[in-house]
Amino acid sequence: MAYSEKVIDHYSNPRNIGTLNKDENNVGTGLVGAPECGDVMRLQIQVNEESGIIEDAKFKTFGCGSAIASSSLATEWLKGKTVQEAMEIDNMAIVEELALPPVKIHCSVLAEDAIKTAINDYRSKQGLEAIV
Amino acid sequence: MLSFPIYLDNNATTPMDPRVLESMLPYFNSKFGNAASRNHSFGWTAEEAVDYAREQVAKLINANPKEIIFTSGATEADNLAIKGVYEMYARKGNHIITVNTEHKAVLDSCKHIEKMGGEVTYLSPNEDGLINLADLEAAITPKTILISIMYGNNEIGVLQPIEEISDIARKHNVLFHTDATQAVGKVPVDVMAQNIDLMSFTAHKMYGPKGVGALYVRRKNPRVKVTSQLDGGGHERGMRSGTLNVPGIVGFGKACEISLNEMSEEAEKLSKMRDRLEAELTQIEESYVNGNINHRLPHVANISFKHVEGEGLMMGIKDLAVSSGSACTSASLEPSYVLKNLGLDDDLAHSSLRFGLGRYTTDEEIDFAIDHVKTAVHKLRDMSPLWEMFKEGIDLKSVEWQEH
Repeated sequence: MAYSEKVIDHYSNPRNIGTLNKDENNVGTGLVGAPECGDVMRLQIQVNEESGIIEDAKFKTFGCGSAIASSSLATEWLKGKTVQEAMEIDNMAIVEELALPPVKIHCSVLAEDAIKTAINDYRSKQGLEAIV
Repeated sequence: MLSFPIYLDNNATTPMDPRVLESMLPYFNSKFGNAASRNHSFGWTAEEAVDYAREQVAKLINANPKEIIFTSGATEADNLAIKGVYEMYARKGNHIITVNTEHKAVLDSCKHIEKMGGEVTYLSPNEDGLINLADLEAAITPKTILISIMYGNNEIGVLQPIEEISDIARKHNVLFHTDATQAVGKVPVDVMAQNIDLMSFTAHKMYGPKGVGALYVRRKNPRVKVTSQLDGGGHERGMRSGTLNVPGIVGFGKACEISLNEMSEEAEKLSKMRDRLEAELTQIEESYVNGNINHRLPHVANISFKHVEGEGLMMGIKDLAVSSGSACTSASLEPSYVLKNLGLDDDLAHSSLRFGLGRYTTDEEIDFAIDHVKTAVHKLRDMSPLWEMFKEGIDLKSVEWQEH
């Protein structure tokens, strides 16, 4: 299967690999997927508590090239967005941007889940209810 | 000079040996006759060529040429062996014994038998891929007609104890079929000494052309028969109708002849290269060789690199053509059933690479492969959350994963 140029670019030069301190109050962590399924993504956001703007985003992913690219792209999109705006990120936008084939759509779904899980982790630390 | 990508997937298929190609060429044009044409020289020439190739093929496995039934490949040979025995020996019984790490051509033929009302026992191998002989013997019933166990495994290269298996089969008066696709031409196979009753193999895994293979069917002690699965002109002693693929068969014969002459030297060269590749790659922390390392084909290495996903890893070693046990490309996301049936955890099965060395593999290519894989594994571990958690001492089995 041929990968799109954008997938290859994100795979070869992944943006924002790394780890934020998950114990900080303004850091939200989303760990989704399972090793048995061949995909695990961990996506983290660091939020400015006053403005609600995501100042930093990091990821680490165990998975195929499309999974790595989806999470790398997600961190790029998250930075500079408010938490509310980030909630709007849809997996199909990732599919479109990376030109993912149908068998790889689950990678984008996983990335969207990771974003939402990270946001809700942040919200729960802030004493807010989870958004579905 | 290296040329990229480097081909290390010789279990999938091999390039044709130029000597094989040369032997085939006349049979596409000047000597194009149908080997079944009895009335003119075109047919006789083709028939002679087929007879000669049949001898070359038979010699490699120490069979009588009359015991070679040419087919379109090993898949067809497996189908013919299993379905053909099931139909031919229906009066004797309806039970077949096989192993759950067999090739799909065997497993799916067995599934077909079950649909037709037959019974199949699927043995599980030990962790190292070898079958347990006591399990095999215990599975035999008065209704058992066939044991089908592969010679050398396509994914992990493990060689089953063929002689011990055939001893058990003989003792209980059960036929023994082996899918020897990966083994013939790579290691010495002797159907007489090893008491094999039926054996599938194919040309394109031994530097011959695609689209031609054979089923060995024993003619004496016991005389084995299979019911034809293709109706037609009654070629191949009535067991496989269809105009013979003369150029393919000629090439198959030549490939067998070359293998017979060069096998021992080639096996020694390849096992040295394979051992070096494996020794270097297993220096990587948390890497594991899959399958028994003492009973193995000389040219195969299957290694899992923990906490790195196989397909992602393959993308990182794009200059190498290898195969992964991870099936992330398929909708099912199921990793290799062979590795799973060895009892490997799914995550290790997803993390595996299969290297298949071949006649044209060079030391320089192995050097490159070692460096390339090491670099890619380290790069991917740097971005693997599992590797980070493992390094922090977190037991990954204790984590509640959100499966999809």
